[in-house]
Amino acid sequence: MTALDLPTPSLSRDGLVGVPPSEATQTRKEFTSDQEVRWCPGCGDYIVLNAVQGFLPELGLKRENIVFVSGIGCSSRFPYYLDTYGMHSIHGRAPAIATGLAITRSDLSVWVVTGDGDALSIGGNHLIHALRRNINMTILLFNNRIYGLTKGQYSPTSETGKVTKSTPMGSVDTPFNPVSLALGAEATFVARTIDSDRTHLTDVLREAAAHRGTSLVEIYQNCPIFNDGAFDAFKDKDSREEAVIPLRHGEPVRFGSDGRLGVVRDPGTGSLRVAEVADVGADAVVVHDAHADDPSTAFAISRLTNAGVLQQSPIGIFRQVERPTYDDLARGQVQTAQSSEGEGDLAALLAGKDTWTVD
Amino acid sequence: MTRQVKQLDRVIIRFAGDSGDGMQLTGDRFTQETAAFGNDLSTLPNFPAEIRAPAGTMAGVSSFQVHFADHDILTPGDAPDVLVAMNPAALRANLPDVPRGATIIVDTHDFSARNLTKAGYSESPLEDGTLEPFALHEVDLTSLTVEAVKEFGLSRKDSARAKNMFALGLLSWMYGRPTEPTIEFLTTRFAARPTLRDANVTAFRTGWNFGETTEAFAVRYEIKPASMATGRYRNVTGNAALAYGLIAASRQSGLPLFLGSYPITPASDVLHELSKHKRFGVTTFQAEDEIAGVGAALGAAFGGALGVTTTSGPGVALKAETIGLGVMLELPLLVCDIQRGGPSTGLPTKTEQADLLQALFGRNGEAPVPVVAPRSPADCFDAAMEAARIAVTYRTPVMLLSDGSLANGSEPWHLPDVAALPRIDPAFQTGHNHVADDGTEEFLPYLRDDETLARPWAVPGTPELMHRVGGLEKADRTGDISYDPANHDLMVRTRQAKVDAIAKSLPPTEVDDPGAESGQGARMLVVGWGSTYGPIGAAVRRVRRDGLKVAQAHLRHLNPMPSDIGDILRGYDRVVVPEMNLGQLALLLRGRYLVDAKSHTQVNGMPFKAAELADVLRGYLAALEDEIPEPRGMHEEVPV
Ligand code: SF4
Repeated sequence: MTALDLPTPSLSRDGLVGVPPSEATQTRKEFTSDQEVRWCPGCGDYIVLNAVQGFLPELGLKRENIVFVSGIGCSSRFPYYLDTYGMHSIHGRAPAIATGLAITRSDLSVWVVTGDGDALSIGGNHLIHALRRNINMTILLFNNRIYGLTKGQYSPTSETGKVTKSTPMGSVDTPFNPVSLALGAEATFVARTIDSDRTHLTDVLREAAAHRGTSLVEIYQNCPIFNDGAFDAFKDKDSREEAVIPLRHGEPVRFGSDGRLGVVRDPGTGSLRVAEVADVGADAVVVHDAHADDPSTAFAISRLTNAGVLQQSPIGIFRQVERPTYDDLARGQVQTAQSSEGEGDLAALLAGKDTWTVD
Repeated sequence: MTRQVKQLDRVIIRFAGDSGDGMQLTGDRFTQETAAFGNDLSTLPNFPAEIRAPAGTMAGVSSFQVHFADHDILTPGDAPDVLVAMNPAALRANLPDVPRGATIIVDTHDFSARNLTKAGYSESPLEDGTLEPFALHEVDLTSLTVEAVKEFGLSRKDSARAKNMFALGLLSWMYGRPTEPTIEFLTTRFAARPTLRDANVTAFRTGWNFGETTEAFAVRYEIKPASMATGRYRNVTGNAALAYGLIAASRQSGLPLFLGSYPITPASDVLHELSKHKRFGVTTFQAEDEIAGVGAALGAAFGGALGVTTTSGPGVALKAETIGLGVMLELPLLVCDIQRGGPSTGLPTKTEQADLLQALFGRNGEAPVPVVAPRSPADCFDAAMEAARIAVTYRTPVMLLSDGSLANGSEPWHLPDVAALPRIDPAFQTGHNHVADDGTEEFLPYLRDDETLARPWAVPGTPELMHRVGGLEKADRTGDISYDPANHDLMVRTRQAKVDAIAKSLPPTEVDDPGAESGQGARMLVVGWGSTYGPIGAAVRRVRRDGLKVAQAHLRHLNPMPSDIGDILRGYDRVVVPEMNLGQLALLLRGRYLVDAKSHTQVNGMPFKAAELADVLRGYLAALEDEIPEPRGMHEEVPV
C-alpha cells in the first residue's frame, strides 16, 4: 500500500519544547535495548516497534529525556525493548502514571503504550480524563480487537457476535470506536493508522509528537494468533483502495480507484455517508478540516468506520487543534504563586496567623 | 452587680445545633479565643455525613466539643460540663452524654410543637421535668439576636443566623475569653459584606453583654493559663499539621511535592490545604479517581518528586494494586490514610482505626509496606516527616495512618525550630554503580545499599542510566524480567528484609513507667497506637491518682515495629491493648511476640472516654492482683 501524504500542518508544533536536544545524531541501534523481543512471530507489534525505533532518532532528543510508560497486555511490553527510561506498570493505569510524570517533568517526552483492553476496558476512565485534560503526551493505542495476553477473549473493540473462548455463542457487547470515544472526550489530537503502512505510521507519529497536548494514535495491529486478518481489508491489494478512507487536511475526502468514491453530507440528517462522486458531483465532497474547533464533523467521519468486521475505515488525522495543556497550566500556577508571593517561608507557614508565646 | 468568680482547673463545653446553625464555626472561634488566652486545649468536632440533613432532625445535629484547662490535657474530654443546645434535636441527641449537675443553655426559640415532634419529643423537655437534674438556662437566643441586629435591615432569616455569634459571646463572657480575635475574624471574613459583618459583631457583643447584665448568669468562671514549655504556639488540626509536615519534608529533602488525590471524607482538607501552598513548589492534582491519584503520585515519584496520595479506607482499597507496584518498583511513595468508620462506606464522618491490617497486608503477594501513625493532631507533622524519611531513604511506599478524630481535632502546637528540622537525603543515582566482568562500567538498577538494602533512585533525565522498571518480578541486581524460582524467592525475602531493616533506624521505645527506675515498676503495660494516645494517657493518669501502678507505651511505628518491643512486652505480667477496632494491633503483638495481650475494643465511631477506659484498666489491675479471672465483658479475646 502506498503512503498517504499528510498535509503540512498550520499549527504550532511545540510538543517537544522544553525537552533537551541530543548533541550527536542518533541511530536506531541506540534506541534498541539488550532485551530479547518476545512477541509471537508475525505479530504487528514488531512492525510498530521497528517504526518507533527508526523514528525516535529523528526527534533528536536526549535519550535519557524520553520515557515510555505502558500498562498490561502484549503491546505493553514495548518499553522493555527501547533503550530509554521506561515503566511497565499495571493494567489500565499507564495514562494516570504518565500524567503525574508529565506534570512534574516538563523536560521529558512522555509516551504511553497501551492496547484496546488496557486503554478502553480496565483503564477507560484514565484514558478519557487524560484526553480531556490534554496532558502533553502521546498515547499509542494498539488495537488488535482481541485479548492476546490472556489468550483470546473478546475485547471492547471486538465486533458484536465475535466467537471467542469467553463468548462461544458470540459476543453480545457493542464495541467502542476508539476515535469516536476520544473525540467525545475532548481530545485535541486524534489519529488512526495501520501497522502495515510504516510510512503513514511514522508520519502520524511525527505529528503526534509535535502536538502539544495529549495525542491519541489508534494503530490497527494484527494479532495473527487470536484475531488474524482483522485488518486484511486494508492490506489486500484488491480491497484496500475501497477500504481506506484517507484523511488529508484541506483536501476533499475521496478514495477508491481514481477517487471514484467521496464522503458527502446528507442534507436531511447532517450526517456523512459515502457516495459515488459521479452521482453527487465533486463539489459535494466534504473537505477534511482537522483543525476545526468544532469536533462534530470529525466525529461524523469517525462513524464511517464499520462497527462489525472492518471493510472500510477512515485513516489519518481526524483532529489536530490547539488547547492549553493541563500540565502547562498547573506549572504556570506554581510559577505565578512563586513570582507573585515569593518562595514560601516555612517558618511563617507553620506559624500561621494566630500564635502566642509562652515565656 | 457583684459577680461571683469561680476558679476551675478545666472545663468541657459542647456546642450543639442543626447542621445549618454554624456550630463548627462557633466551636472553632471559641477554641481560637481559648488558645489565645493560653489554656491547654483539645477539640472534637462531630458532624453528620449529610451536608444538610433535614433541619431540626436528630440526623442533622452537629456538635463541637472543646476541653480546656490550666494544665496539660490529653483528650477532648468525656462528658460536657456545659451543653449549648440550639434546638430540641440538639438537646435530645446530646443529653445522654451530659452528667447530672452540668449546665445546659437552651435556645428556647425553636421549642415549638412541630420541632419537638421532629426531634422525637412528645412533651417539651423544658416542662416535663427532664432537665431538673441540670443547671438549666432557658434563653430565647434567636429573638434576642434578631432584636439586636434589627438596625441592619437584614431579612429575618439572615438576622436569626447570627444567633451562633450571640451564643459565642455569652459563653466567651462566662469563661472570660478574649473577644478581640473573634471581632478581628468577623471583620476579615465579612470584609466584602459590611452589613453581615456588623450584624455578626453586634450579635457577638450583645451575647457578651447579655451575660454581663442579666442576673440569670450569676457566676463567671476563671481557668488560668496552663504552664506550658516556653516557646511559640499555635492551634492546629491534624489535617493541617499533616499538610505542613509534607511541605516540610519536601523542603528538607529538596524534592518537589506532588499530591495526587481524590476527594474523600475526612481526608479532603489535606488536599485543600496543600492546594493553597503552591509557592512552596507544591503541585496538587485532583484525579479522576483514587487509583489515578496514587498512580499519578507514583509517576511523579519515578520522575524524582516526593509523590503523595491522601485518602481514607475505601480509597486505600482501590489503591492497593498501585501500592503493590510501588513495592515492586521500589520507589518512594507516601499513602496517607485518614481512617474513618468502615467497612465499605461505613461512617464517613466518624473515627475508627480499623485499617491497620489493611495497611500492613491489604495487597496481593508478599508486599511489605512500612506503617507509621501519629498520636495527636500536632503529631501529624512529625509523623509526615518520618514517613517521608522512610520512603525516601528506603525507596518504598509508606502508609501513614491518621484518623477522623486527629484530622478534625485540634490542640496547641509548640512550633518547631525550622532550622533544626532533620534533612532527608534523596541520594539520587547519577552515574554507573558497577564494573562488569569485562571491565566496562554499567548501571544495575537493583544493586542494593549494604546498610539499607535500598536500590538506586535514577530519575529520567540522568544520562547513561536509562533503565526499565515494571511490575513483573525483577532479577536481582539487573532489574531485568525474571521468572527464575530461586530469584523470586530471593527477591521476596529481600524486599521484606529491606522493610525489616528500617527497625535499625528507630529510637528505643519510650515506656512511661514512673517506678521502673527505682525497681518499683508496674506489672501491667498498656500499649496503643494512633489517636488513642490521649484517652489512654488520660486513663492511665486517673488510675495512677488512685495510687495504682500502670505503664504506658505508644507505637509510632507499626511496621516494622521497634526491635525492643518484644522484650518490653515480655517484661510485664499483663499487657492490655485498647483499640478502636476489633483487636488488630493485639493480633499482631500476639502473633509476633507470643504474649497473651488482652484486647479492649470500641467501635462506636467516637474516641475512647478516659473515665471508662480507666475503669477497664482498674479491672485488669484488680484481676492481676487477685489472680482471679478478669470480669466478663472487660475485654474480648482476639480471634487468633
Ligand atoms: S498474542 Fe497476538 S498480539 Fe499478543 S504477541 Fe501474540 S500475536 Fe501479538
